[in-house]
Amino acid sequence: MAIDMELDRHILRRTDAGDEEIVVNFGPQHPSTHGVINFVTQTNGEVIRRSVPDVGYLHRGLEKIGEQVPYPGYMPFTDRIDYLAAMFANEGYAAAIERLLGVEAPPRAKYIRAIAGELCRISNHFISVGTMAQDIGAATPLTHALRERESINDLLEELCGARLTFNYHRIGGVAFDLPVGWGDKVLRFLDHLDSYIQEWDRLITFNEIFVKRLANVGIITREMAINYGLAGPNLRGSGVNWDIRRDMPYGAYPDFEFNIPVGTGRVGTVGDCWDRFFVRVQEMVESSKIVRQALAKLPEGDIQAKVPRKLKPDAGEAVGRVESARGEMLYYAVSDGSEKAYRLRVRTGSFMAMGIVEELSHGIMVADLIAVIASLDVVAPEVDR
Amino acid sequence: MTPKDPLQVEPGTGVLFTNTSMLDDAINLARKNSIHYLLFGLACCGIELMQTGGPRADLDRFAAIFRASPRQADLMIVAGTLTYKMAVRTKLLYDQMAEPKYVLSMGSCANCGGLFQTSYSVCKGVDKIIPVDVYVPGCPPRPEALTEGLLRIQDIMMCERWKTKMRPGRVDPNAPMMVSSKAGPK
Amino acid sequence: MTQEEVCTQLKEMFGEAVGALSETKGDRFVVVKGEKIVEVCRFLKTTVGLEFDYCQDITAIDWPARKVIEVVYHVYSLVHRHGLVVKVETDRDKPTLATVEGVWKAATWLEREIYDLFGVNFEGHSDLRRILMPDDWVGYPLRKDYQEAGGYHGIGNTRPDPLVQLSKVTDEKRKAFVAAAVAAAAAAAPAAEPAPTAPEGKV
Repeated sequence: MAIDMELDRHILRRTDAGDEEIVVNFGPQHPSTHGVINFVTQTNGEVIRRSVPDVGYLHRGLEKIGEQVPYPGYMPFTDRIDYLAAMFANEGYAAAIERLLGVEAPPRAKYIRAIAGELCRISNHFISVGTMAQDIGAATPLTHALRERESINDLLEELCGARLTFNYHRIGGVAFDLPVGWGDKVLRFLDHLDSYIQEWDRLITFNEIFVKRLANVGIITREMAINYGLAGPNLRGSGVNWDIRRDMPYGAYPDFEFNIPVGTGRVGTVGDCWDRFFVRVQEMVESSKIVRQALAKLPEGDIQAKVPRKLKPDAGEAVGRVESARGEMLYYAVSDGSEKAYRLRVRTGSFMAMGIVEELSHGIMVADLIAVIASLDVVAPEVDR
Repeated sequence: MTPKDPLQVEPGTGVLFTNTSMLDDAINLARKNSIHYLLFGLACCGIELMQTGGPRADLDRFAAIFRASPRQADLMIVAGTLTYKMAVRTKLLYDQMAEPKYVLSMGSCANCGGLFQTSYSVCKGVDKIIPVDVYVPGCPPRPEALTEGLLRIQDIMMCERWKTKMRPGRVDPNAPMMVSSKAGPK
Repeated sequence: MTQEEVCTQLKEMFGEAVGALSETKGDRFVVVKGEKIVEVCRFLKTTVGLEFDYCQDITAIDWPARKVIEVVYHVYSLVHRHGLVVKVETDRDKPTLATVEGVWKAATWLEREIYDLFGVNFEGHSDLRRILMPDDWVGYPLRKDYQEAGGYHGIGNTRPDPLVQLSKVTDEKRKAFVAAAVAAAAAAAPAAEPAPTAPEGKV
């Protein structure tokens, strides 16, 4: 099948020929598009007229697979929905099915979920800020970020056996208990992290070139963010003080004290790319606070509630929400009484973020488009599932 | 009578040398120690590819660096799930690479469709479209496994012979011949 | 405001078009008639005290037994911290619904996805085309009666089981090897040489 150049024009809905303008496919294979996403871009030299995201290159039919696989067996698939923050994807699914069943995870499991989740958030934000720096042009911060991420990979590998796709949560709790001495290793890593983030701030966050590239670029106002359904750091970067962990609390989060960083327009306007970037850096610091509190207050007990081997919830529907690294992840499960879900829906933060790119792309330069996409922190499987 | 092409050398006969094994080794050594791999991370395996290129399990110690453009690459590491929508582009990218080119299929999804065998939109293996040299199993494969795969590619590179353009095992009889794009070379 | 209070206000405003809050297990929802969905959504968004400004999700469920495709709206209010689930039932043979794009911009992409995977036509949508599947895909994959077409543009969608293939290959190879060895032994016997030993190592 030939790649249809007419299709690109149809996607852009161009009506005039425009002798200076060209249509460029920015992707799907591109180092800066954070996965296989295509942006069909109509540019006049360096200035973009509009850029329309063309997604679906990683659509693997995960929602249909949810109807073909029994409830407990779907957990590995949730890892693949968001592989950079897989703990949250697992947790959201477990939360939805637990609500369907009417069971609750024991307190120790909730604390362990919080610890694993927040470590995953730090790991994800490292990749996010590292690749953002790389997209702006600095290649070295990415290697720094990957080095720190290796430490977290090691910790989580000791916890559950896998570096990337964990399959750690179970419906009713978690799979394995904390290994002996793991808590001390985590605390040592967090001590290192707190000083490392200060180094990162000196090197990159307040770097003059970085600030100049990102300030006042890709401004998303408060109303736009809410109207387009953005979530997570994208929403908070625009000044909306909304976080599921505090506002619709779940799990062990009511027991912890932490701040919610919100964009303030410190170097530019509220809602520009730098705000979203800085919200992520600050969230790493808050996550390390949460992990410290959780390790200090960890209760004893079971790690998994008693659930039957073959899960057959009554007919009904339930929603499970988690504050994932990329925003609110909403799992909507409909059951018809059998052991497989009737419908499983995953709504992710990245999908909503893709919807706003076209709106932001009018009249900006190609390099700014890359900064905008990087600041929205999209990852292709979340968009496509 | 058409003149014989002076550059056409039959195997076994040599204009300059009769035994070219030292030359082959020299060329292959140069090739294997400067692999440029195409950054083709599609899904989770792409992250492990990044980590393998990262500080700890460093692919750069084999002088294998990533290139974003297929014109500058000679190894294509297909890391992640291939969907039908992406398959056309994959073939186009493969066609754009210059010979000699190699393909390393990383992870279960690229090997055979992996976890998503029952899905309606997943191509069951990248070797349905392009011929693969090395398969690295795993979901995702550890950086050590990917490094081993790269070393196998290096072994394959050492088997090339300067005089022959026929490369063993290149044609996959099961792969359908796809019509290549109007826009691509060929 | 609780969900019952929101539903009471809705019923006051729209009367028959709004159903009662469901009593199923898990989350509760309210069913609204398809013709009124845009007005209901606008009412939910703009009324002081309700102010559902955040559209969390729009999705669909296929019920072939009941011959409907349900479109489900999860809406939330960041101001008042209350949420609601609204469902609309559309006819499965010709599913059409008005778009709520004018109320929440988030609906643009969410409705495109429902069109792509279920085939629900959203009237008034600015850009209704496939989003996740290739543009020339036939069929709506998330419907319960979806049959795969057997491949896409020449790429097959099956993969032979490698163990089955391997055992076939080894069987054939072994038979060929044994047959060749037997033939060689028969040819060598009249030359009064000692019979060759059994074939080395079964393949």
